Amino acid sequence: MEAYLDNSATTRIDDSVLALMERVYKEDFGNPSSRHKKGMDAERYIKTAKEQIAGTLKCKPEEIFFTSGGTESNNMALIGAALANKRSGMHIITTSFEHASVYRPLFFLEELGFRVTYLTPDVDGSISVDALREALCKDTILASVMAVNNEVGAVQDITALGAAVKEYNPAILFHVDAIQAYGKYRIYPKRQNIDLLSASAHKFHGPKGCGFLYIKEKTKIKPLIYGGDQQKGMRSGTENVPGIAGCGLAAELAGGRIEELQEYLYGLKSYFAKGLSEIEGVTVHLADATDGAYVSEEERENRLRHTAPHIMSVGFSGVRSEVLLHALEEKGIYVSSGSACSSNHPAVSGTLKAIQVPKDLLDATLRFSFCRDTTREELEYTLAVLKELLPQLRRFRRK
Amino acid sequence: MYQAFLVKYGEIGLKGNNRHIFENALRDRVSEKLQPLGDYHVTREQGRIFVECPKGYDYEDTVEALGRVFGVSGFCPVKVVETTDWETVKQAVGNFVEEMYPQKNFTFKVAAKRADKHYPITSPEICAGIGEYLLERFSGLSVDVHAPQEVITVEIRNRAYIYSKVLSGPGGMPVGTAGKAMLLLSGGIDSPVAGYMISKRGVALEATYFHAPPYTSDRAKEKVVDLARIISRFTGPIRLNIVNFTDIQLAIYEKCPHEELTIIMRRYMMRIAEHFAKESGCLGLITGESIGQVASQTMHSLLTTNAVCELPVFRPLIGFDKVEIVDIAQKIGTFETSILPYEDCCTIFVAKHPVTKPVLSAIEKSEELLADVMDDLMKEAIETTEVIEV
Repeated sequence: MEAYLDNSATTRIDDSVLALMERVYKEDFGNPSSRHKKGMDAERYIKTAKEQIAGTLKCKPEEIFFTSGGTESNNMALIGAALANKRSGMHIITTSFEHASVYRPLFFLEELGFRVTYLTPDVDGSISVDALREALCKDTILASVMAVNNEVGAVQDITALGAAVKEYNPAILFHVDAIQAYGKYRIYPKRQNIDLLSASAHKFHGPKGCGFLYIKEKTKIKPLIYGGDQQKGMRSGTENVPGIAGCGLAAELAGGRIEELQEYLYGLKSYFAKGLSEIEGVTVHLADATDGAYVSEEERENRLRHTAPHIMSVGFSGVRSEVLLHALEEKGIYVSSGSACSSNHPAVSGTLKAIQVPKDLLDATLRFSFCRDTTREELEYTLAVLKELLPQLRRFRRK
Repeated sequence: MYQAFLVKYGEIGLKGNNRHIFENALRDRVSEKLQPLGDYHVTREQGRIFVECPKGYDYEDTVEALGRVFGVSGFCPVKVVETTDWETVKQAVGNFVEEMYPQKNFTFKVAAKRADKHYPITSPEICAGIGEYLLERFSGLSVDVHAPQEVITVEIRNRAYIYSKVLSGPGGMPVGTAGKAMLLLSGGIDSPVAGYMISKRGVALEATYFHAPPYTSDRAKEKVVDLARIISRFTGPIRLNIVNFTDIQLAIYEKCPHEELTIIMRRYMMRIAEHFAKESGCLGLITGESIGQVASQTMHSLLTTNAVCELPVFRPLIGFDKVEIVDIAQKIGTFETSILPYEDCCTIFVAKHPVTKPVLSAIEKSEELLADVMDDLMKEAIETTEVIEV
């Protein structure tokens, strides 16, 4: 049996999305900038995709800009916003457990002279509104917060954080990295005071190599890529039409069933968490207590519901995550240690430290992430394999 | 005018009656190396090998390939002139200098070889005539017959051949002239270099790698396959045996004293590698060991691991410092791959204080603790070994 439980790394493309892309590649392959019919046909796909995405965000199609994926969207939002607004101030606020595609561009901005405040999450993984209020200052031009943390599934109260930013100064731009959240939660930028929002298609059964950035109209932002002035000059380069078409359709499909999907995934999550609680030495981060104290079943369920429906970060005492990952791989079960994006780093996960995961579990934590195609049977199988493997692996450890 | 290469070999020239065997092997290795690059004629004549590429060729690719053939001590890019007409030859030498030397302010002499003895002009006349022509055409040149900066050689055969620069080859002996040996290949820096060095003496390689899933990942395995592929660019095809070593390692971990884990593990690696070596007719084992580098490479440890082998164990790096090994690794292109951070099976269970002066009898006694399981485990490991040809 095979169980792919690494859906936060990437998801399998939807069949209808792939079929649409194939049609674009083979038949409607024109360059949208061409003045002939082939070009116009291609352009129509982009228009449709914008409408599809705008429909899910309740925004205008003109506010959607396509990129090569989540990393580019985050770079464009942060660097673009900072450079365009530096005359108003040089201060940026973010959190201490962002994805590398947020904190690395911010490091770059620090080199350019910007000042960045990193807010630390509470033990439950949430960023407090008060802490944000305290960090805001006259010099602040931008705040960036990840809606769902990719490693542990911590969810932020974007509405409250956005309100706090705008209450202090409506000119401060609010960026949301929604790469793990889009398609799992309903997000409405207008209502939630979001000026910039990043998403990536392959996280919601769309193609790799395509993402988008929502830019609220009239927002001042400098492009990163210059050339033929495609996408109103905001992002030059011939549009990835098949990817964009696929991204649009995938967004529409995901947007249509969010509540249903959430229910389904939370069901899987609580089933899996329950199964894990029967195994010795297993801690579900953000649900079990960090000090091993007893947490009632009700409270545990409640906590699970306050983290993302599709991400579970689990510590296995006495087993190195790398080893467990490969042992599971041998049984056809695919998971991540930390997040796939940062697991090339020799450094242990900063996110786990941020939510105060005990030291001995930092290097013993795996991420299980689900999607609409994940089945209870896969989880049942995974639990059985874990029960079999853990005692074996715990027998052998570095002395 | 088109390009050819004159391949020189040092040591082979010293061979006696076997010399043709070495020369033929070198010719074949050169042909094999060039074959994927295009249409070359490789011929053997009078103590050298001639590579001609009358159709198309890529200069850089050809030079790179020749530089990877063991047995080649040096090679010269040669300009070939289709006719031996005296005026044409002189002009061609002039063009050759024009093209090869951006700065035309050196001392030179002309050397001539006349394979075609019917050619109307004698060798000294060729030298003098061309020297004179070059002095006239390039005012910055001057002749120095005793210590010239450049020697420009002209050979008259059925065509005229012009060359001056000698590019260095790796030296050594052509692979296939000295039998085959089994390399214990890990993902580290040393073992690929050890394989390279032994192969340089004409030895064909086979390799064995010990894999310990799930403690080592498939990426670690892929890294070793990549390393084998890099050294095979010099050595020719390598058969790589990938042994699943996990169960043997765990058995040692459970039953033997922990400080002895590594040394006992290495003894079993040698035994398994030797099994495959004998099976495929290898005449020795190769390791990347260097005295004192780690606990398992002290003199005492080497004695203890050596004791299980019947075949000779070649350790070409035995007297090398790490920096010297790194230098070679960088030169042959294995370094960047070797330092990729994947754990290999030597490091996963390593004790904090492994024995550095193991006593053979004590180690043998510890191994007795494995007597009841090890035969089966070894058999299993050998039977399940995966073979990859690179």
